Amino acid sequence: MKERTYYRIARDKIFISTVVLLCAISIVPLLLILYYIAINGISAINWEFLFNLPAPVGEEGGGVSNAIIGTLMLVVIASIMAVPIGILTGIYLSENKDSRFAGMIRSTVEVIMGVPSIILGIIAYAWVVLPMRQFSALAGGVALAIMMLPVIIRSTEETLNLIPNELKEASLALGVPYYRTMIKVILPVGLSGIITGILLGVARIAGETAPLLFTAFGNQFMNLNIFKPVNSLPLMIYYYATSPYEQWHVDAWGASFLLAIFVLGLNFITKLVARR
Amino acid sequence: MNKTILKTENLCAYFTDEKVLKDVNIQFERNKVTAIMGPSGCGKTTLIRTINRMHELVPGARITGRIILEEDNIATLHPILVRRRIGMVFQRPNPFPTMSIFENVIAGYKLNGIHLPKDEMNQTVEEALKGAALWDEVKDVLHRKGTFLSGGQQQRLCIARALAMRPPVILLDEPTSALDPKATSSIEELIVELKDTVTILIVTHNTAQAARVSDFTAFMYLGELIEFGTTQKMFTVPDHKKTEEYLTGKFG
Repeated sequence: MKERTYYRIARDKIFISTVVLLCAISIVPLLLILYYIAINGISAINWEFLFNLPAPVGEEGGGVSNAIIGTLMLVVIASIMAVPIGILTGIYLSENKDSRFAGMIRSTVEVIMGVPSIILGIIAYAWVVLPMRQFSALAGGVALAIMMLPVIIRSTEETLNLIPNELKEASLALGVPYYRTMIKVILPVGLSGIITGILLGVARIAGETAPLLFTAFGNQFMNLNIFKPVNSLPLMIYYYATSPYEQWHVDAWGASFLLAIFVLGLNFITKLVARR
Repeated sequence: MNKTILKTENLCAYFTDEKVLKDVNIQFERNKVTAIMGPSGCGKTTLIRTINRMHELVPGARITGRIILEEDNIATLHPILVRRRIGMVFQRPNPFPTMSIFENVIAGYKLNGIHLPKDEMNQTVEEALKGAALWDEVKDVLHRKGTFLSGGQQQRLCIARALAMRPPVILLDEPTSALDPKATSSIEELIVELKDTVTILIVTHNTAQAARVSDFTAFMYLGELIEFGTTQKMFTVPDHKKTEEYLTGKFG
């Protein structure tokens, strides 16, 4: 009897140590990636790298300011389109749980979530680039907005589902119209959850390259016109890393580091907001 | 002034095809407390929810018959206007979590976009909180979130929120079922004090509570109004056998 117990305790210990070991193995590559990006990237980053335009091959002091501004433009354009539509759709879904139309929207959202991002790029190409005969920041923004939408819709719906129905009734019973109840009572209560969704959406699109290849296209110069092609950090990394020039490889590492910091920072802020 | 403030005529209520209220005819007297009691599922909550037209918010829910509030058939009024004249307090305290105590009390005005001058706003809040017997406890912390209060205080805050709109009628849907005995007795005292200014309809499954706070009592069973009369008579010599059985705890 006693031996049996020791045997079980031993098995328990083996199980727990296996779990811990495998966890450790799984985070090793992640930490190595961060370490590698940091080691190679930090040395590339300096004042000129952040604030200058790309320099011709062979010249010193080139920067990626156009890609940083381009990425910010794309994120802002995508957010302006995706945030209002996403939040309103999320409200609709949580308010009409059983309607057939809501069911259709829900499965569509799931499908869009699974569609490879390059296909969304082709769609934006067909919708925006072809009619306007021009690669543009707007087209890139449309592609990214479609990617962002499902994340915002899902998180808004799930957040609102957690809010007790009594709050809505409390407001309606005071004679407050439905739309004011939603905007002034329900949305403020779910605000941190909705912001979390928006930040996750931004983190999802900030590092996308594929949908931008034939929409935002890339640009060696600074451009603030949304109807003209813009550069972005992931696009720049893609072009520079595959180039034959040593200096461009260094710059690509630097840009990778910036992008990693940006996305990690967003995730960190998301955690802070969600904790509230 | 007419003694009856609110009455129903042949009121039936449905959830899709299920009939949950069957030809209810009842008259509520001004500035009295009327308790509505009965076992679970007897339609007592549905009855008061038809009165401020919250019933119809449920998909598939509808009513037939008439509800008259001070000469007006409420079906002809916009639900929003009905709800501003008939306040409601729910089973579980539900102050707005993003708002302070002050904002919670004034929420009926704020959320409806009614702008009051600052003095009048302060006065309304003070009056409502005094009316709900909460003023002394919270007058120094009006800017704090309403959710910091205890359960009983939160429920009185919800009563203050309803009172602030100065409705002639207030509906209480089992207002003490989520509260401890001490908070319950403070709410009951409050109800008795409030009837000077408002007409109160209180749903309760606690017969002792009905006896303590109400002037009139209605007993409902399976969607029908079985008996209605003064509380005193109902608890001493009820007309119906069902009422007596319920009051003596034979079922329910």
